[in-house]
Amino acid sequence: MNTQATQTKQPETPTAPSFELRLYVAGQTAKSLTAFANLKRICETHLAGQYRIEVIDLTKTPALAAGDQIFAVPTLVRRLPEPIKKIIGDLSNEERVLVGLDVQPVGETA
Amino acid sequence: MDKQAPPISATLLKSPTGITGLDEITGGGLPSGRPTLVCGSAGCGKTMLAIEFLVRGATQFGEPGVFMMFEENAQELTDNVRSLGFDLDELVGQKKIVLDHVHIERSEIEETGEYDLEGLFIRLGHAIDSIGAKRVVLDTVEALFAGLPNHAILRAELRRLFRWLKDRGMTAVITGEKGEASITRYGLEEYVADCVITLDHRVAEQICTRRLRVVKYRGTAHGTNEYPFIIGKRGLSVLPITSIQLDHKASSDRIPTGIARLDDMLGGKGVYRGSSVLISGAPGTGKSSIGAKFADTACRRGERAILFAYEESPEQLLRNMRSVGIDLAPWVKKGLLQIHSSRPTMHGLEQHLVMMHDTVLAFQPSVVVVDPISNLTLDDTEAEVKPTLMRLIDFLKKLQITSVFTSLTTGGNAPEDSQIGVSSLMDTWLLLRNVEFNGERNRLISVLKSRGMAHSNQVREFLMSDAGIDLRDVYLGGDRVLTGTARVAQETQERAAAELRQEDHARKLRQLAAKRKALDAQIAALVAEGEAEEAEVNFAIAQETMQTNTTQQNSDAMGHLRGGNTTEGNSLTKGKR
Repeated sequence: MNTQATQTKQPETPTAPSFELRLYVAGQTAKSLTAFANLKRICETHLAGQYRIEVIDLTKTPALAAGDQIFAVPTLVRRLPEPIKKIIGDLSNEERVLVGLDVQPVGETA
Repeated sequence: MDKQAPPISATLLKSPTGITGLDEITGGGLPSGRPTLVCGSAGCGKTMLAIEFLVRGATQFGEPGVFMMFEENAQELTDNVRSLGFDLDELVGQKKIVLDHVHIERSEIEETGEYDLEGLFIRLGHAIDSIGAKRVVLDTVEALFAGLPNHAILRAELRRLFRWLKDRGMTAVITGEKGEASITRYGLEEYVADCVITLDHRVAEQICTRRLRVVKYRGTAHGTNEYPFIIGKRGLSVLPITSIQLDHKASSDRIPTGIARLDDMLGGKGVYRGSSVLISGAPGTGKSSIGAKFADTACRRGERAILFAYEESPEQLLRNMRSVGIDLAPWVKKGLLQIHSSRPTMHGLEQHLVMMHDTVLAFQPSVVVVDPISNLTLDDTEAEVKPTLMRLIDFLKKLQITSVFTSLTTGGNAPEDSQIGVSSLMDTWLLLRNVEFNGERNRLISVLKSRGMAHSNQVREFLMSDAGIDLRDVYLGGDRVLTGTARVAQETQERAAAELRQEDHARKLRQLAAKRKALDAQIAALVAEGEAEEAEVNFAIAQETMQTNTTQQNSDAMGHLRGGNTTEGNSLTKGKR
């Protein structure tokens, strides 16, 4: 899984997703699988239809690590909207992921 | 390179750093395939050491390297080391070096859940593979501690990183910030246990000196002292001075000092090549002039010389020496003489020595003049000065370089006392003194010691004029040494006395001659008298003989006339009667 296909669901607005996320992992480890599952769940809950996830496996494309200044894995990079934000870890703490992505939890705003 | 620490075993391979002096201390370099921790406070030269290790490895030893930096970025580093003559851009282009800047911005990073530093491993691995690197530098890995809040993970990962570097056979240099109680702030020494080097940047008496020490080096002998080092124009230079042994060759070749009468005092031939000469004296006794003359003489022989001046600028030195008939400018122009002037307070003593060390190695002179060492030792205690000077002297001796050190003596002590610290290191010691007497000051020179040669025990007067330097005998008047006009007066006086004596002699000779003439006259008179008497006596004898003969003849004639027949025999008998 070099670059995973976009995981977008755009039920109502066909516009470009406002959240462009990249998940850097190193192989199919337990941590990377956990991170991916966590990320997907959080995005579905709070950013439905507004996100795009790209998964990069550094064991296959190590040259990409320097570009986004990756040193820890898993690392989630919010490439858009600016500024770039990074969240390292398996994303097990939903609250912190949302803080890191600067996303208002759905339950509170809606 | 000196083999003062022979390889303990063939299994412990060493990778030469190419850094002047460091390989000598470590007996060949850093441990191959193992990490070495280089730590010190900010600005002590960690990064410089690391980058030189990498650049020299790539350019001189055919070992490409990866520089992973956590603080500066690649551009900043490239700019910073350009002053050392390292062109990183070119080396990167030649695929000899990879620069990778790991940027960790605490504010951009959120931490949630478990993670590891596999990303770093992958980056490093990728960089290593891309050029086939043998050397790795991590500068400064401790930046991760500031960037990542979870130190437990970090520590575990660092341990794994160093293990990983070892497994991959990388000769690594890991830099670390000096800690309060431990060697490094975050205790990196726990993980990197094979070789630890500390750098230090110490300020004493407002003068800063960089020092390097190999704290530990597992499995090999190494110099454990603190060695001063500088970051010069050609990179780092460590002065492994105490490691030099006392085994230099002793030349029996003699070189003149350039002052003929001084050479006479030194057994007629001057000093030994490769020996050390100390010229000590009060201010204005002519120390610098002797030193300059020495350098001048070396250049005249076509040899190279270096003058380290710590009191005068090159221009000033040239002008002042011209005033005593020593023209050094042509030698400078010809490239035989280098004059290095600097303020003693610019660096610490050791830093100065490292610079001299570097300069001497680059220029390869046969004579080195240091004018004066007393300025270098201004603020240091004598106990510190001696070992450092010993290192310099040994270093020069090893290269068979004749060294001349001038030293300013202080007024209070006896001149012999004031240089106790360094005099034992010197082979020849000339003492210059000012003597004030009879309303003027005059210079005296004497040879206090000169190892291995017959030398004069006489004090000479030391004269400097626009015609040059010369020595004169002094006069002893009463219990004093007479110099200057007193000497001239004494000379005049002695000359007058000598003339007087000569006159006296002449007079006596004249008297004697006159007396002899009188005696001669007397003798002549007596001889004449004797001759006269003799003549008288002879005359009387002749007269008597004549009378006798006449009587005989008469009687014979009468007998003949009377007898007529007397025989001849009778006549003979009678005639005889």
